[in-house]
Amino acid sequence: MARKSFRQAVNEAIRQEMARDPRVIVMGEDIAGGMGAPGEDDAWGGPLGVTKGLMPQFGRERVLDTPITESGFIGAAAGAALTGLRPVADLMFVDFMGVCFDQIFNQAAKFKYMFGGKARTPLVIRTMYGAGFRAASQHSQCLYPLFTHVPGLKVVIPSSPYEAKGLMIEAIRDDDPVIFFEHKMLYDVEDEVPDEPYTLPFGEANLTREGDDATIVAFGRMVMLANEAADQLGAQGISCTVIDPRTTSPLDIETILEEVRATGRLVVVDEASPRCNMASDIAAQVAERAFEALKAPIRRVSPPHTPVPFSPALEDLYLPDVEKIISAVRAVMAAGGRKAA
Amino acid sequence: MQLSREELLRAYRSMCTIRQFEERVHAEFATGDIPGFVHLYAGEEASAVGVCMNLTERDSIASTHRGHGHCIAKGCDVAGMMAEIYGRKSGLCAGKGGSMHIADLDRGMLGANGIVGGGAPLACGAALTAKTLKTGAVAVAFGGDGASNQGTTAEAMNLASVWRLPVVFVLEDNGYAESTASAWSIGGDPLVRAEGFGIPGVRVDGHDFFAVHAAAGEAIARARDGGGPGFLHLKLARYFGHFEGDGMTYRAPDEVAKLRAERDCLKLFRRRVGEAQLLDDAALDAIEAEVAAEIEDATRRAKAAPMPSPADLLTDVYVSY
Ligand SMILES: Cc1ncc(C[n+]2csc(CCOP(=O)(O)OP(=O)(O)O)c2C)c(N)n1
Ligand SMILES: [Mg+2]
Repeated sequence: MARKSFRQAVNEAIRQEMARDPRVIVMGEDIAGGMGAPGEDDAWGGPLGVTKGLMPQFGRERVLDTPITESGFIGAAAGAALTGLRPVADLMFVDFMGVCFDQIFNQAAKFKYMFGGKARTPLVIRTMYGAGFRAASQHSQCLYPLFTHVPGLKVVIPSSPYEAKGLMIEAIRDDDPVIFFEHKMLYDVEDEVPDEPYTLPFGEANLTREGDDATIVAFGRMVMLANEAADQLGAQGISCTVIDPRTTSPLDIETILEEVRATGRLVVVDEASPRCNMASDIAAQVAERAFEALKAPIRRVSPPHTPVPFSPALEDLYLPDVEKIISAVRAVMAAGGRKAA
Repeated sequence: MQLSREELLRAYRSMCTIRQFEERVHAEFATGDIPGFVHLYAGEEASAVGVCMNLTERDSIASTHRGHGHCIAKGCDVAGMMAEIYGRKSGLCAGKGGSMHIADLDRGMLGANGIVGGGAPLACGAALTAKTLKTGAVAVAFGGDGASNQGTTAEAMNLASVWRLPVVFVLEDNGYAESTASAWSIGGDPLVRAEGFGIPGVRVDGHDFFAVHAAAGEAIARARDGGGPGFLHLKLARYFGHFEGDGMTYRAPDEVAKLRAERDCLKLFRRRVGEAQLLDDAALDAIEAEVAAEIEDATRRAKAAPMPSPADLLTDVYVSY
């Protein structure tokens, strides 16, 4: 056990799986870097250095730099997965799904069903998401609801270095296509991370705080903010449960329902655009299955329905933050209009 | 011509099977019994068979929406295919894929594809597997003239060139994408496009089984030997509409009749082996009769086979969930 950054945790997970299984390969733009160039090899180790060191250890045959050709190499990764490799492909920014989504949602996601159950597609697509980087509208989105919408895909959103390592190893060993979301603002966050390989199961939520008054569900980077909000509220006498579902597909809705039944109040924090996001999905499911337990209307904390702005003044306004979460919890606490049946 | 008598018989049987399969599906579709979209391959048999005769079960192909011919040429079970087209549980994909998604991974058939241009990147992936695991296998990406204008095709060709993958791209230029002529839709020359990616290409009369077989053989052997990707531009024709139900008002009135009379790949094959005294009419006629019986049996069984059960709706989405 040692303190490791989120970046190191992902790197270590991939490294350990590559060492364990020769069928695991890694590909992407500048994933090692320096291909065909006169300077250093492994010049970048991925756009933000997450895969640094893999190429020197495993060679160019298993760490493949690609041209800028997302349809080409994401599709090749799908085809390679279908025929016996276990590729980990890097779709740099999830915003780039627009140029290769067909290969993900019409091809990889559907092989198993369309082919009558006979296919296996052990593919991992790593991708960066999220705002806060001043990266503007085309490099900041939280597009995991779009992937969650597609049957056949699994969607993983680690909230910490510990989750990142365990969920990445699980993703690589999983036999279905997995989209692995890495928040670019989390890469330098540190945490205690075991040195040895370990897995965290998909579809099992993690309770990061336990309380009696309200339930907060949050995803990815929002879990940190939800924890902070819960701690501040706790000091003011309002105790909250915080649920990190870890994966949006499969989604551990049972744990969410159980906690909502216990507290009677629900706030969902989701960095994705507000229409048809995880917060609206969870709100719908809770309203459908635990309506009688609710003491107050469900509150969703999400950005406004706008592209992600560039100016720091606007981006900060756009993003959910601790204050917004606290005021949503206060709102559900105040809304005493309805007694639990 | 280096094909043995056995290989010639196999080639003819395979082409005949495709032709009779498609003629039968055409007739059955007209009765209203076959659900969905069906795109028939009749007329193009020399391509699928000429190419796939050079492949083994370990090699992979990625196919198209017009995939029945590729499936049969790659060894898919005909009865399983027919049952699939009828949406039956006994179909090759348990009735969940249908005509546009027939696949048989055990035979290296990576799927017909409902997305035009969807297959070429997947073939690159199969070639990458072969290269990484050093299996000696190759992959073939079939695509139409319409698909040749998709970005995925260009991306796959560049990637194959850069990674030096054992993959061969086969452009089946049947003159049309739906109602749009390839003479209009393809800017420039596909061979020059391939050359631009550093991929050697050759243009072949796609009605001529022997020409296709030889050209494909060369490209596939080179790819297998580590010589990188290849490209074939086959000029051929489909006999039926784009899909079943297409009135083909965009074609010349006598176009198909003329093709059937003068450029039919089965007739050309028979003439060629007859003139060279390689196979006699009796042997070829016997094959046709056997194939007819096989198609009849496959159709009868497909019609009688049970539909999937309601529980099947929810299975096979994930390996585990
Ligand atoms: C991405 C995509 N665009 C459009 C279509 C609709 N479509 C199906 S087949 C076809 C024509 C394809 O032409 P070609 O590639 O020449 O193949 P052919 O039908 O001639 O065998 C079109 C436009 C589709 N299925 N997928
Ligand atoms: Mg065409």
